[in-house]
Amino acid sequence: MTKAMMALGLSLASSSALADWQVNLNQGVTEISRDIFDLHMLIFWICVVIGVGVFGVMFYSIFMHRKSKGAQAAHFHENTTVEVVWTVIPFVILIGMAIPATGTLMDMYDTSEADVDIQITGYQWKWRYQYLDEDIDFFSNLSTPREEIYNEAGKNPNYLLEVDNPLVIPAGKKVRFLITANDVIHSWWVPHFAVKKDAIPGFINESWVRVDEPGVYRGQCTELCGKDHGFMPVVVEVKPQAEYDAWVTAQRAKKAALAEAASQSYSVDELIAMGEGVYQQACAACHALDGQGVPGAFPAISGSAIATGAIAAHIDIVVNGKTGTAMQAFKDQLSAVDLAAVVTYQRNRLGNAVGDYVNPSDIQNY
Amino acid sequence: MATVDIDLPHVKDHDHDPHHHGPAKGIGRWLFTTNHKDIGSMYLIFSLCMFLIGGLMALIIRAELFQPGLQLVEPEFFNQMTTMHGLIMVFGAVMPAFVGLANWMIPMMIGAPDMALPRMNNWSFWILPFAFLILLSSLFMEGGAPNFGWTFYAPLSTTYGPPSTTYFIFGVHIMGISSIMGAINIIATILNLRAPGMTLMKMPLFVWTWLITAFLLIAVMPVLAGVVTMMLMDIHFGTSFFNAAGGGDPVLFQHVFWFFGHPEVYIMILPAFGIVSEIIPTFARKRLFGYPSMVYAVASIALLSFIVWAHHMFTVGMPLVGEVFFMFATMLIAVPTGVKVFNWVATMFRGSMTFETPMLFALAFVVLFTIGGFSGLMLAIAPVDFQYHDTYFVVAHFHYVLVPGAVFGIMAGVYYWLPKWTGHVLNESLGKFHFWMSFVGVNITFFPMHFVGLAGMPRRIPDYALQFADFNSIASVGAFIFGLSQLIFVYNIIHNARVGEKATAQVWDGAHGLEWTVPSPAPYHTFSTPPKVD
Repeated sequence: MTKAMMALGLSLASSSALADWQVNLNQGVTEISRDIFDLHMLIFWICVVIGVGVFGVMFYSIFMHRKSKGAQAAHFHENTTVEVVWTVIPFVILIGMAIPATGTLMDMYDTSEADVDIQITGYQWKWRYQYLDEDIDFFSNLSTPREEIYNEAGKNPNYLLEVDNPLVIPAGKKVRFLITANDVIHSWWVPHFAVKKDAIPGFINESWVRVDEPGVYRGQCTELCGKDHGFMPVVVEVKPQAEYDAWVTAQRAKKAALAEAASQSYSVDELIAMGEGVYQQACAACHALDGQGVPGAFPAISGSAIATGAIAAHIDIVVNGKTGTAMQAFKDQLSAVDLAAVVTYQRNRLGNAVGDYVNPSDIQNY
Repeated sequence: MATVDIDLPHVKDHDHDPHHHGPAKGIGRWLFTTNHKDIGSMYLIFSLCMFLIGGLMALIIRAELFQPGLQLVEPEFFNQMTTMHGLIMVFGAVMPAFVGLANWMIPMMIGAPDMALPRMNNWSFWILPFAFLILLSSLFMEGGAPNFGWTFYAPLSTTYGPPSTTYFIFGVHIMGISSIMGAINIIATILNLRAPGMTLMKMPLFVWTWLITAFLLIAVMPVLAGVVTMMLMDIHFGTSFFNAAGGGDPVLFQHVFWFFGHPEVYIMILPAFGIVSEIIPTFARKRLFGYPSMVYAVASIALLSFIVWAHHMFTVGMPLVGEVFFMFATMLIAVPTGVKVFNWVATMFRGSMTFETPMLFALAFVVLFTIGGFSGLMLAIAPVDFQYHDTYFVVAHFHYVLVPGAVFGIMAGVYYWLPKWTGHVLNESLGKFHFWMSFVGVNITFFPMHFVGLAGMPRRIPDYALQFADFNSIASVGAFIFGLSQLIFVYNIIHNARVGEKATAQVWDGAHGLEWTVPSPAPYHTFSTPPKVD
């Protein structure tokens, strides 16, 4: 009870301290986003003017033409001229609105001559970014701790809008996004870029952005994609060209280090210790922290035939996934070390005690 | 509505006819009835129950969203609530309420003795409770109820759907059959059973809007049946209509769904247009302005509804020319919709207005539906829609057209016609209390959603970033005000339908039309001999 009260107090304090009262679209940081903002304000003011006119006449009638003031009803009930006028005028306004809108749309669809090509793939509930010219490929997961979501800790300012590996793009360059999905439909949205495109399995959609101001821009998945739809944010870091180049070099070094780590051997205890973190980040969303799964939706790990049976089948389902279900192939998502660790963890914890383990080199042979 | 002069065919005497059959006794009356009034009442009571159940789910959603963080429910259950709330409100509350009003009022408005196909009428009602029992029972199944949103996009609803999806499909089939039978019945009644002299262009607008709605239903409910059947095949019979891995197309699902879905949203609003077009002239004591243009506007809206479906899909990656076509077609709808609003305002202009409860709901309908129409116009602008799409701005938009639109329309109709059904006037003070609480509640709930949507909050999320917190708390408070104030409505109906002040046949002094020529409460059989309309 006191814990619940404390949680309530914490969330109240954090929400009132950090919330704001934004009521309008962001202008954004790209030419397109500013064009869209202008169109938005234009159509908004058109609506306001029409609204003031229509509601003005209506409320004038309500106040002046009421029976309690002795108003007598008039007898007119049609007037062709008036009816034609109020059909034609809105039509003309709409044409005036549609023309600039079509222009902006054409700009948004012009994905030609891009400097950088990045493939974005939606997974249940994370994003994968592949730089097509750079041999860079990584996953981006929500990094907000579970304690903040369940009100056991105060919420940080970027609550639910923070990831472990943000997408990094160079400032001032035209970046083309090739957007698709691995399982269900997702939608990749960064409000400040005015880029929102559905990520659809079997399709590759295109979109583009050119951001001049370096900075961190945050967005979210906007297509219902299952349980953790609300928990797969998008974070984009726009860096000046020199910093971007340095980042690319660092990514290559990281990749080499991972390959080096995979050739090592580890003890079962080391693997279990590493595997716990991997399990929480990659598996717990469906199979639950305690390995019990969600009955009817996601199977349990505890006592499961796979996690307690032959290790080869266990490695296979983790590495290659299971077609036609929510169980993804993790071979691209996790390093060989992480795969070995998590399989070992699942076999020896979460109520299982098989006792065997697997080394990263064995995973690489799969 | 055109002026109707009526030659009364001894309505009163008919009650004393020795061959007259009153209602049967006991439960059998309701199970086996073919009487349009009984069936209309059952539809309305059913709809009210569904409205309360769907509303309870909305309150669970708003309670969870009162603050950031997960407090009350898990995301799994949250998604089941949003899905079931949408399905129940659309198919269980709004549509059956309109069918109930049609059953009660259309025969009395056109001088017909009953619906044209009374046995089918009984059947189209009685399969409905079973459809919703099936749907609601899925909440208790392993894996939970459908959790993929009321739009049930594939492959989330096929490959990745819970086991209860099959029950959901079965339920949708039954609802669809019910709607199609209801629509056939309404068309048959209107086209064949009008009293002599009741030409099409003399029909009350409620009858006109329902005639057009019924055609929409017949056109699109089979499409819905088709799309859920394709899902069924994908789930159980190994086809790949929507499965990209098998050569299918997930976007095809959306095209087929919205080819049904867009006319569907007009199915939920056109009869409400009809209701307010009855009520405003009554309380303005002035004929409806521009009756013919009202009819043409409704017909144009219905026709346009077939060529705008992909405006729900501006972000799926359609070709540019597709985006432009659907943007233009969608914007065109603003023209006939504008005509309707202008006509309602012109009807009030230089009238002699009073503000009884039905009129208050009708006026709120005009204002708030128009606000929903404005945000609809904004959403039609394709490039800007990329910023609005799937945010709370859309949630605000469709709730403005559905709650103070369709639902207020239904409530206006209930307050307007209930004295005719029960013979008792509802309590006017309670009615006004209900109206003002609902009006305030609806706006506190849905207006802030425009703001959080524009600020960037996606829809269908159980938890949100901190900058959305304040407006979400306000919306949740509004939701509870709106939800609880419906209890006033329920009390007013249950209490005053039996003991309220006796109603006269005329009920409202400015009302015109055949339904006001029969006594209140309307006898079990009316217009067994057709009235003559000049």
